[in-house]
Amino acid sequence: MANLDYLIAEAQTDFTSCVDMPALENAKAKYLGKTGALTEALKGLGKLSTEERPAAGAAINVVKQAIETALNVRREAILGATQAKQLAGESLDVTLPARAQSQGGLHPVTLTLQRIEQLFHSIGFDVATGPEIETDFYNFTALNIPENHPARAMHDTFYVDETNVLRTHTSPVQIHYMENKAPPLKIISPGRVYRVDSDATHSPMFHQVEGLWVDENVSFANLKGVVQDFLQKFFERDDLTVRFRPSFFPFTEPSAEIDMSWNGGWLEIGGCGMVHPEVFKHVNIDSEKYRGFAFGLGVERLAMLRYGVNDLRHFFNNDLHFLQQFNK
Amino acid sequence: MQFSENWLRQFVNPSLDSQALSHALTMAGLEVEEMTPVGKPFTKVVIGEIVEVVKHPDADRLQVCKVNVGNKTLQIVCGASNARIGLKVPCALVGAELPGISITQAKVRGVESFGMMCSAEELGLAEDASGLLELPSDAKTGQDIREYLSLNDNLFTLKLTPNRADCLSILGVARDVAAITGTPLTVPAAIKTSAQTSKEQAVKVTTPEACPAYYGRVIEGVNALSKTPDWMLRNLERSGVRSICAIVDITNYVLLELGQPMHAFDLAKIRGDINVRFAQANEKIKLLNDTEVKLTNDDLVITDNSGAIALAGIMGGELTSVTDTTTSIFLESAFFTPDVIAGKARRLGLNTDSSYRFERGVDFGNTKQALERATALILEICGGKAGGITEVVSKLPVRNIVNLRYARLISVLGIEIPQKTIGTLLKQLGFEYSETAAGFAVKVLTYRFDIACEEDLIEEIARLHGYDKILAIIPTANLNILAAGETAWNKASMAAVLQNQGYQEVVTYSFVDESWERDLMGNANPIKLKNPIASNMSVMRSGLWGGLLDALVYNLNRKQERAMLFEVGASYFAEKKSYREQTQVSGLCYGEVQPEQWGAKARDVDFYDVKATVDALMKNQAEYRADVHPALHPGQSARVYLHNKPIGWLGKLHPKWQQHYSLPKNAVLFELAVELLMKTKLTKYQEVSKFLPMRRDIAIVVDANLPVQTIVNAVHKARIPLLHQIQLFDVYQGKGIAENKKSLAFLVLMQDTHKTLLDIEAEAAMAELLKLLEKQFGASLRN
Repeated sequence: MANLDYLIAEAQTDFTSCVDMPALENAKAKYLGKTGALTEALKGLGKLSTEERPAAGAAINVVKQAIETALNVRREAILGATQAKQLAGESLDVTLPARAQSQGGLHPVTLTLQRIEQLFHSIGFDVATGPEIETDFYNFTALNIPENHPARAMHDTFYVDETNVLRTHTSPVQIHYMENKAPPLKIISPGRVYRVDSDATHSPMFHQVEGLWVDENVSFANLKGVVQDFLQKFFERDDLTVRFRPSFFPFTEPSAEIDMSWNGGWLEIGGCGMVHPEVFKHVNIDSEKYRGFAFGLGVERLAMLRYGVNDLRHFFNNDLHFLQQFNK
Repeated sequence: MQFSENWLRQFVNPSLDSQALSHALTMAGLEVEEMTPVGKPFTKVVIGEIVEVVKHPDADRLQVCKVNVGNKTLQIVCGASNARIGLKVPCALVGAELPGISITQAKVRGVESFGMMCSAEELGLAEDASGLLELPSDAKTGQDIREYLSLNDNLFTLKLTPNRADCLSILGVARDVAAITGTPLTVPAAIKTSAQTSKEQAVKVTTPEACPAYYGRVIEGVNALSKTPDWMLRNLERSGVRSICAIVDITNYVLLELGQPMHAFDLAKIRGDINVRFAQANEKIKLLNDTEVKLTNDDLVITDNSGAIALAGIMGGELTSVTDTTTSIFLESAFFTPDVIAGKARRLGLNTDSSYRFERGVDFGNTKQALERATALILEICGGKAGGITEVVSKLPVRNIVNLRYARLISVLGIEIPQKTIGTLLKQLGFEYSETAAGFAVKVLTYRFDIACEEDLIEEIARLHGYDKILAIIPTANLNILAAGETAWNKASMAAVLQNQGYQEVVTYSFVDESWERDLMGNANPIKLKNPIASNMSVMRSGLWGGLLDALVYNLNRKQERAMLFEVGASYFAEKKSYREQTQVSGLCYGEVQPEQWGAKARDVDFYDVKATVDALMKNQAEYRADVHPALHPGQSARVYLHNKPIGWLGKLHPKWQQHYSLPKNAVLFELAVELLMKTKLTKYQEVSKFLPMRRDIAIVVDANLPVQTIVNAVHKARIPLLHQIQLFDVYQGKGIAENKKSLAFLVLMQDTHKTLLDIEAEAAMAELLKLLEKQFGASLRN
């Protein structure tokens, strides 16, 4: 039987000259097709003797495998080239802007409130809320501010009618809460409050968060501890210290202004004190058994310091250029 | 409360400099709001007397003066027109530093000048510079002008809390400084004047509960034109009190010094006996400030036979006021009950130094001494002869004993402080006490209206001990895990949904323009504020859209072209006898649905875009029914329901409001009641089918105005076996469909949870569906 090895070289040459799949299929037929050279050779095996047949068959198979390998190599090369061409045509400018949806965001006052709630929640404070149109009783009387008391003049109050006001602080929430729950109590009450005042540093509407802790053994020193701990965590500044300054709130005694160390000086940040026995009396809590402390912080003030906002009015103008800065 | 530091130091002079004194006051609860030097700093200015004035040889407007400055006489060239021989003026010597100028020896147009005579402006004492500051002829030549004018002084302004009425005087502040610093207190000698004439004014007090103590005396033969001494004028001026005349100045001085408001009547104008009583309704009085006020029957008045002659504790009357021709006066020093005065001055718009003190509480232990003090000053300054004191004293306030328990103090403050120290601090504060088994029984002072219970004393001790000495101690408490309801959907999670959808949160005012309520909410009777800060903030909102539109307009004016805004906040409603508040989550979309970009076709936001937001907020539980709202486009608005309860609105802004607010494009709005949204259901697991669903599509033709929701609801209600889900995927009107019809294409998913669904079963379900649609809605299959 003739040596078929030359077919390998011939097939390789043929395959290499093919540039696409149809041509390669045609070339393949020339060797492996029904009338291809190898098929013909296999057919010729029948003419050989039984002794010659295995060796001849094996020789043909070797050639066939070599041709098939050459075919596969070429096939992959052609496929690879085709795909490469296709991919090259599909390439993008990856630096084009993304398919944009608008980016939403929360108001800095909300961000600040959420942060305050989260921090106090971590030591077991619940969030309590109450109405913004309050009766005189809850806003003043129950907080030990009787009618005509000069302390009422400290609060420039919006009146809705003879007995209802826009709450001037979130302290009335304390009263509602203590009326309905027995101590021990730990709450913060965030929300909108209102004062008749409007200039660069005062807004007629602003946000306060009031904290209240009533238990058998809380003290003024603990009040200072909690306030300082909170402010350190809120501002992420371990070196921040708190100074208490004597002050007056009818619903706390002793009362203090809270100053915090800031840029080498002291900054007034809120008011606080031990819950006044008169307040406990209004809500039937035994002030011999329980003591409590309360503190009130201005949310906008905290937000201004935290984010470096220099004008209170930004919070209520709702300028998107301002608000969107907090979405990053 | 404003005063001169030097005046205070006459009463108590601790070894603290001004800064340290200010700090000590602030840290004791008497907050120093401001401390400013009386004069600007300057040096080497003495009192000079002009002894010679000669015209400058080479300048028309200049004069060459010789000025005696005590130890020598200087030649000074001067341009002031009031320079004249004998005049005493401030004279800056060579080497003096004035505000903005250094004085050197100089030649002025060829003539040597050794100093400068000064105007008030040049010394920083005043703002006008009309000539040299003219000093009285008795000013001592050569004396340092700072010393002469007492310029080495500071103005202290205290921001006193309303409980510290006792500090509304120099004496009061001095008492506290003495207590804080442990420095002795010097009070003016109490001079008692015994009757020099027999003249007395009869006084009756009809309302002793309102006026428990009334002292008065006649002083005859006073010179109303007497000059108020400089030292008194200076102290008054540095407390911000204007000089009126000597008699009034003296009463004001005593008010500032001792905290006792006083009043001087012109005796000649008093008709008959004085009576202290409540006013009759509509009784009128003409006051010192030239206003006439109409009184009510809870205003306390001082009267004579002619009627009200003074508004007790607030202001004197015009008729009996002291004038230049007054020769005899009746001087009043009284204690009026705080509750009687409180609120009256504010109601009448007459906040005076007197009412401010009386409504907070005046020391009723010092009423008579104050009268004696004023008497002595009047006799000294205005001359005259004093009569005896008329007193009408009834039941003064009772000062109780307050028990201060040592253990309680320690536990409230959470500090260690020896019991003995507490006694010392109480003494420093002037309290008398006796020691008890538990601590101290403390007698409250007549001038302390703020000490009523144990806590008040605890604060006093803490204040004197020093708040800053109290350590910050973290409390210990039981560690209970807080309840956390999983189904309570809170405001934060709603805000997060909106934020993720691209909405920016805003915070708008709760009080709004009345027109917003009327126009946008159809609310003709909103809750009105009695004292709004501005007309566009006069009523409480019953919805949030006004604020959102306002924020939109604000941003459009700043070149924004699209906005997606939301707010979570209360709306306010008047009920029969109270008010109700409802928290709303409210949103507004305006402009293109997506930010302007390269890869997407621009399109303005529409109803259905915002509906997706509402669906997300309502976890796809919402039902929408076409309805009409004053703010919304009548054909593009829906009332939103949750479990058949109305919960809010969704719709396009009515074009008339678009025009009204001058919006180039229209906005889509929604508003939902948060409380109704908050409760969701806890997930309950349902078996997931192992068998694949089968999809069939169906297109039907129905009346154009038939709501799709109605069809979907009917299909759900019919509970066709195996029909798992029906979902609209196309709506078509136009060619091939009759004019008043529309074609709706639905995909229908069918599934059997227990076995593989057979074609024949699916066909049966579809047939049933079609039958239902035909029967209920006259639907036909679209060819």
